[in-house]
Amino acid sequence: MEVTGPGQDGPGHDLDVEAIRKDFPILATQMNGKRLTYLDTAATSQKPRAVLEAMDHYYETSNANVHRAAYSLAEQATNALEGARAKVARFIGATSPDQVVFTKNATESLNLVARAWGGKFLSAGDVVVLSQLEHHANIVPWHQLAAEQGVELRWIPVGPDGRLDLSGLDALLDGAKMLAVTAMSNVTGTITPVTELAERAHAAGALVAVDACQYAPHLSLDVQTFGADFVAFSSHKMLGPTGIGVLWGRPEVLDATPPFLGGGGMILDVTMDGFTPAAVPQKFEAGTPAVAEAVGLGAAVDYLDALGMDQVRAHEVALNRYAIEMLTDRFGDALTIHGPQEPEARGGVLSFALADIHPHDMSQVLNEHGVGVRPGHHCAKPLMRVLGVGATTRASWYVYNDTDDIDVLGDALADALDFFGL
Amino acid sequence: MSGLEDLYREIILDHYRSPRNRGELAVPPAHRTDGFNPLCGDEIVVYLELDDPAKGDDATITDLRIGGQGCSISQSSASMMSAAVKGHTVGDARHLTRAFKSMMSIHEGELGGDGSEAEADGGTVEPGELPLGDLDALKGVVKFPVRIKCATLGWNTLLQGFDDAGG
Repeated sequence: MEVTGPGQDGPGHDLDVEAIRKDFPILATQMNGKRLTYLDTAATSQKPRAVLEAMDHYYETSNANVHRAAYSLAEQATNALEGARAKVARFIGATSPDQVVFTKNATESLNLVARAWGGKFLSAGDVVVLSQLEHHANIVPWHQLAAEQGVELRWIPVGPDGRLDLSGLDALLDGAKMLAVTAMSNVTGTITPVTELAERAHAAGALVAVDACQYAPHLSLDVQTFGADFVAFSSHKMLGPTGIGVLWGRPEVLDATPPFLGGGGMILDVTMDGFTPAAVPQKFEAGTPAVAEAVGLGAAVDYLDALGMDQVRAHEVALNRYAIEMLTDRFGDALTIHGPQEPEARGGVLSFALADIHPHDMSQVLNEHGVGVRPGHHCAKPLMRVLGVGATTRASWYVYNDTDDIDVLGDALADALDFFGL
Repeated sequence: MSGLEDLYREIILDHYRSPRNRGELAVPPAHRTDGFNPLCGDEIVVYLELDDPAKGDDATITDLRIGGQGCSISQSSASMMSAAVKGHTVGDARHLTRAFKSMMSIHEGELGGDGSEAEADGGTVEPGELPLGDLDALKGVVKFPVRIKCATLGWNTLLQGFDDAGG
């Protein structure tokens, strides 16, 4: 099918997907005897060799526990950790590496905000505003706070087009102390107007925490442009390893936030009477950090920087356009695409329904074609209820996907229709 | 036979397209029990009406309706279950449930699953009063470990329903 695709979208917009694919060893493997068509990056991304080798290299040449030891190897390890922190800081436009806290993942980052910041600054009757697009990671910690501290939760509704309905935002923000919102939905791909939301929340006197777990891997993230107070994301969705995530915070907000977990590494002093926490970011990094994982994340950030985040975004918009046009053309009214229909209004995530085939059954048939997609509620059950579905089938793409992958998806969907006799 | 056709036997698709005992019952006298598969969001609602809950295992399932939504495996398994146990005693239904879960769980253990479905039965079940019948078609599910929870959802909800109803 001849449509505009990656590499044909004008100068400056051409990722060389064929070359990129060679950097990802797993993409050369097969699934059920078929070429692996990996369309589940929104769950976790695959890893380029550069990331795998950086982690191996760290363990082979620099492994020791970080901080405090006087020997050279430990200094190398500390440098590896802090070097990764500096890379991440640069990648997101932070003005200092000290604003980058390493956590286990975005979920822990958001829990840190709710439990440590919310634990200190919120009390009974205080209002936290969420959106109906949120992943459970940005819902449940606030529910816990609501149950334990009597915090009131309010919800920005989602319209039928999958976008946030901001018509009642001023009323929702009235008296609020926190707005916690996603920058991009992991279900509908909806990209939210974070900068506008942050401005309006600040005007209402609320702080802003952004779940950038889906945004950070796919669009150029600049924390200054966001204007939020906290930004959370995970390494494993952006070509890096599992086991490490990031919480960026505005310096004065991080300073005011008490420690989350207690232990070694996060203290200045400990006596039998109490402790004095270390400065940010160590204050939030109790225990031995995931050093090799940080190194891997640093390599992932380097890889994305080399591709260029504007190119990554252009590539994914082109894939969005190709997928929406081709699948709509092929399946017509049998296909429902959830969320914004415009390729530019969404990230590289496509949740859909096809002719009443249940997503679980759909993904089973796709599996036979070597296609990995995700069925289910995607940890966003409130949004599922808004969409009026129990589950969706979700395909998601990244730098290593091309129109061939979307074509394989289309053929597999046609086979599912045929198999279930619909 | 491809793996898919092993899983999606014609009788399963038939129950999926034309579910038996689909609907609701008035509560009370019926008892409503909701079952969830937290992994995929499937929901099964079992409406259960017993002649006399005080009779325990000797109570008769006078009526049964299945609601909710989910994949072909969870819905067809619940449909077959409803057809198999309606009009029979709670004791017979419990026995059939053990037999069915055993059919799922023995293989689950072999496949490296957690075997949690096998608890309390030791994995062996004598032939019961009620035959597996159509349910035998679901044994292909054991080759697809992530789908076993789909197949057992209705049954676990039924067992919970017996407890809720005091049967």
